[in-house]
Amino acid sequence: MESVLGRYRNLIVLVGVLFLQVLALAVQVKRTTENEPTRLIRIWTVSTVTPLEKGLVSIQSGVRNLWHNYFFLRGVRAENRELKQEIERLRLQQVRLSEDAEQARRLQTLLAFKEQFISKTVAAQVIGSSGSEQSRSIYIDKGAHDGIAPDMAVITADGIVGKVMRVFRSTSLVLLIDDQTSGVGAILAKSRLQGVLHGRPSGEVVLEKIMNDEPVQAGEPVLTSGGDQIFPKGLPVGTVSKASKGSESFLDIRVRPAANLSKLEEVLVIAQKEERAPSLSQTAPVRAVDVLAGRLPSVPDKPATEDANKTGTTANSNQTTPQTVGTRPAKTPAVGSTAPQSAQGSAELTPKPTPTNAAPNKSVGNASPSSNQSVLPAPPSPSNNTTPSNRLLSRKPTTSAAPNNAANGMPSAAKPDQRKPDQPKQDQPGQDQTPSEDKPQ
Amino acid sequence: MPITYTSGEQVEVYRFSVPATILIPLIALFLQAWLPLGLHFFSIFDLPLLVTIAFAMARRGQISGLLTGAVIGLLQDSLTHHPIGVFGIAKTVVGYGASSLGVKLDVENVGTRFLVTLLFYVVHETVYFMVARGLVGLKLEWSWPHELWSALANALVGVALFAVLDKFKQRT
Repeated sequence: MESVLGRYRNLIVLVGVLFLQVLALAVQVKRTTENEPTRLIRIWTVSTVTPLEKGLVSIQSGVRNLWHNYFFLRGVRAENRELKQEIERLRLQQVRLSEDAEQARRLQTLLAFKEQFISKTVAAQVIGSSGSEQSRSIYIDKGAHDGIAPDMAVITADGIVGKVMRVFRSTSLVLLIDDQTSGVGAILAKSRLQGVLHGRPSGEVVLEKIMNDEPVQAGEPVLTSGGDQIFPKGLPVGTVSKASKGSESFLDIRVRPAANLSKLEEVLVIAQKEERAPSLSQTAPVRAVDVLAGRLPSVPDKPATEDANKTGTTANSNQTTPQTVGTRPAKTPAVGSTAPQSAQGSAELTPKPTPTNAAPNKSVGNASPSSNQSVLPAPPSPSNNTTPSNRLLSRKPTTSAAPNNAANGMPSAAKPDQRKPDQPKQDQPGQDQTPSEDKPQ
Repeated sequence: MPITYTSGEQVEVYRFSVPATILIPLIALFLQAWLPLGLHFFSIFDLPLLVTIAFAMARRGQISGLLTGAVIGLLQDSLTHHPIGVFGIAKTVVGYGASSLGVKLDVENVGTRFLVTLLFYVVHETVYFMVARGLVGLKLEWSWPHELWSALANALVGVALFAVLDKFKQRT
């Protein structure tokens, strides 16, 4: 017996070691639950490897920042100029979208619709990966100490990245959406078809459970549906790159992720979500004219005495301005077809950007003047030597077509409000009617 | 003394110092986890596997080979989100096989190293595939072109890595 054991000792050890591992594997597979405790060997390995990764990533980013922020600044001015133009364009776009959003919120309020909001995020740096093609996951430098918990969503500005799988003391393992074991509730933006997003062993991302007879086009955006209870609804997932008939009754839809999963550096972990019904007072509709007014060059203030005189002489012209009163005065045309004469008359006003005149048209259910002011820069004060158009634009006129004009790239401020900004509106509910100092008595 | 083909009596057995035994696998694991962040294609390489083969062939002991493979594999499993043991089993088999073969081959030869690495990469992937599909239930896709290209790439890197690891070898 001893000779047999001695002769086949190596083979017996091999079989023993393999048997133990298979046994351990079987136990783990059987025990895989949501609350599975982290194995000690994982903690040891991660604790050994991740500090090195953290150190190297920090050195790497330090050197890169030094180079990019201090030495390699070529083209920064041009880029800055382009970015400013982009901001202007986006602000105008925001005006148009905010109107749509406001409408949606009103409807949601009517339906007592509850929505999920991201109320807290934690920024994290990617420090490592699993190192295996079969396990598409990354390590981030934030862990339990930073408030990270399993099943938190991980995103970038471009789109979703994955979810937190395991949490260690100062690091976390994030399962990417292109892993085959991941699953994300997704919805096609145009057709509103819902499916489940999976990764394939090859690394492709596919949208499943959409029937073969549904029309799905390449290029259609894919968003999170919120059905997985991990990702809030409406986050960008990617775009459909290819849609074809699948082997079963479902379409084979391939999705190109919006976030570049192979080159992740910084991510955001959604640490807290809040479910609340939207209220109308939460939003401050921004008008296109306000945006345009903020873009104009500022004009120096006039002396106070001159302001008072001017105001006194032009007050009457404003009193004749018709004001349509409705449930949403901001969208109501103040002067539908503004006559040039009256426009010029109102342009000679010297509105001081007091809280009263800063937001003369407070609509029902809309934001307060203060909140409006916090979004936009204060309009510059006009003076006598300004051109009529500039003088008009430097105020905050009320036009119903303002958002649409902004969207079309038209200067919406060409239709000014003929009412004096600091003049209280008697016929609007909820309006702050405190007279301003320069109002003629 | 030259090591000849199948000359069991003339086989030289090497060992590695304790720091090298601990640090080299750890560095391999660290590089395997860190390099794919910047170099995405690097995930086709399997540095822990190459270290396992190198250690097993140098030591030429089956038990030490399989134990080395088991430990390195389990550590590698710890970095993934899969159950621990998939890489462990695959590398245990590779460690045992490489050390068994190392006794019979001239492992100092570059060509031999290349072929052995090529062979054991395929063995490793096969065992991994079987365990992952059969025991864990992962839906893996076997692609011969991908596996062969990866095996070729790993064998090339393996030759270079073995030359580096030769510096740490000590004669028993």
